[in-house]
Amino acid sequence: MARSLLEVERLGIEFNTRRGTLVAVDGISFEIEEGEVFGVVGESGAGKSLTGQAIIGLLEPPGRISSGRIYLNGKRIDQLPYEELRRIRGKKIGMIFQDPLTSLNPLYTIGKQLIETILTHLPLSHKEARQRALKLLTEVGIPAPDKRIDHYPHQFSGGMRQRVVIALALCADPSLVIADEPTTALDVSIQAQIIALLKRLCEEKGTAVMLITHDMGVIAEICDRVAVMYAGRLVEIGPVAQVVKFPQHPYSQGLMGSIPSLRRRVRRLTQIDGAMPRLNEIPPGCAFHPRCKHSFDRCHKERPKLVETSTTKVACWLYGN
Amino acid sequence: MIALIIRRLFQSFVVMLAVALVAFSLFRYVGDPVSQMVGQETSIADRERLREELGLNDPIIVQFSRFVLNSLQGKFGISFRLGRPVKELIAERLPATLELSLVAALFSLAVGIPMGVYTGLYPHRYLSKFFQAISLIGISLPTFLIGILLILIFGVILGWLPTFGRGEVVKLGWWSTGLLTVSGWKAIIMPAFTLGMFQLTLIMRLVRSEMMEVLRADFIKFARARGLSNRAINFGHALKNTLVPVITITGLQLGSIIAFAIITETVFQWPGMGLLFLQSIQFADIPVMSTYLILIAFFFVLINMIVDILYHIVDPRLRAEGAVV
Repeated sequence: MARSLLEVERLGIEFNTRRGTLVAVDGISFEIEEGEVFGVVGESGAGKSLTGQAIIGLLEPPGRISSGRIYLNGKRIDQLPYEELRRIRGKKIGMIFQDPLTSLNPLYTIGKQLIETILTHLPLSHKEARQRALKLLTEVGIPAPDKRIDHYPHQFSGGMRQRVVIALALCADPSLVIADEPTTALDVSIQAQIIALLKRLCEEKGTAVMLITHDMGVIAEICDRVAVMYAGRLVEIGPVAQVVKFPQHPYSQGLMGSIPSLRRRVRRLTQIDGAMPRLNEIPPGCAFHPRCKHSFDRCHKERPKLVETSTTKVACWLYGN
Repeated sequence: MIALIIRRLFQSFVVMLAVALVAFSLFRYVGDPVSQMVGQETSIADRERLREELGLNDPIIVQFSRFVLNSLQGKFGISFRLGRPVKELIAERLPATLELSLVAALFSLAVGIPMGVYTGLYPHRYLSKFFQAISLIGISLPTFLIGILLILIFGVILGWLPTFGRGEVVKLGWWSTGLLTVSGWKAIIMPAFTLGMFQLTLIMRLVRSEMMEVLRADFIKFARARGLSNRAINFGHALKNTLVPVITITGLQLGSIIAFAIITETVFQWPGMGLLFLQSIQFADIPVMSTYLILIAFFFVLINMIVDILYHIVDPRLRAEGAVV
């Protein structure tokens, strides 16, 4: 069978702390196809960012992968030695972080940072690398790149810096970009531009995107498929149109219901009562059951598995079994 | 950049003027210069005449201006104790102190930075813990004790190194250097180590904490995510970002090394300015003391200016010309 670009199998991430082991991500599985835009949504602390960091092997201790496998192009990458994984980072998998203001080294020109990254991964001369850097800056929409390439990060605005960060993530033509909340730190007016830019570039280059965000609007706008995470578990995964329009899981329904709409006039936005459980007090059974309006006996005792419905895969006892 | 240098020069000038005022007031208020020059039997009339001749009856402003003008020309007066021009005395002693201070500073940088980087990168290794323990000793043991212990071990018991003095010196114009002879190098090892030990531990601890701070920064995480090699990240990206505080401290400390080489120079009988200054205090040799004060202030001002310029070279954000576009 043809393998997907990225396959994550029952990935578990744990933190060893003084008060015992905390399970931050609990056996999640998904795959990302080539050129696909895959969204991961969930509240803060649901384990979205950790999943992204685990894929490129940059979990910060004491966090560690406790179980599961990660394959890139059919090759297992979660157990590679540091040096080999380093060659994958930036070359096969690019990464974009949340805050463009702090992602760039303030003491080097953006040109130096681009060229350094290009030379790390591609067999080019310094001159060719500079040409490539200029081309990338043009592609991400930096005006007058031949002048701007020698400027320092502080001479750019936040939106412009995030464009530079995107250029850095894409500079070795990776087949996957993990974008961890790429627009959260930006002005609303800039957010749409950056998202559109990311989508256009990745379409042109055939790069797949794993977009980690809590912004449902962004997900609805550019994703092909989307996974919903809750307390370290996948609760629903499916094509974006289905998940956004016809969410199955009560949690997804709550998330979608909380998006304000201009067309429908509502008095109050729906909200999900309560808060996500802390990692050390995840309830037995379905982690969402204390906040769920539909919960019944079984939800308190048994943990639901992802099951196929007519539209999406969902982990909820309301469906199947 | 040039605007900065001019601004700093002006500020330095003001600082130097203030220091000159303090040095000047030493003459006025620490004893009466006339009674220090003449014998007991000199009549009051003679004293008055001398006072008039020396210009001591002129308004303060005029006297101060004269003092500043003389200092600018290198006329610092004559030592009460030795009866020789202070300028000569300083010129003899200055090279010894500067060489000792520079060697000590370079030693503390050359050893302190690598130790700091290592302990910052691998805080949990045994070697790091060992370095930390050593640095604790370096910070807590007083300089004179280290010096005396070194003399005891390497000078007296082992007999490897000379216990005092500079060794053979070579004259380069008015500058006498001990760095061109073997015995000069042998003689400078222990004093430089003693003097640099405290700075070394300070720099090591500073680099260590700065490294640990910077390594947590987002741009380091992003650099890792771009697949840069560890060497490029640790030394290219992280170390450079720790440099601004290191430059600050090193600059300030270099000033202190020069000014407070006194103890080390005394322990090792190093023929530098510190020793001269100490002897001058005992004899209330005011011309030497005030000149020393001015000279040390001058070094501090000069070093601070160099530090400021280095900031601007290291950190582009401080270069005012490139405002946010």
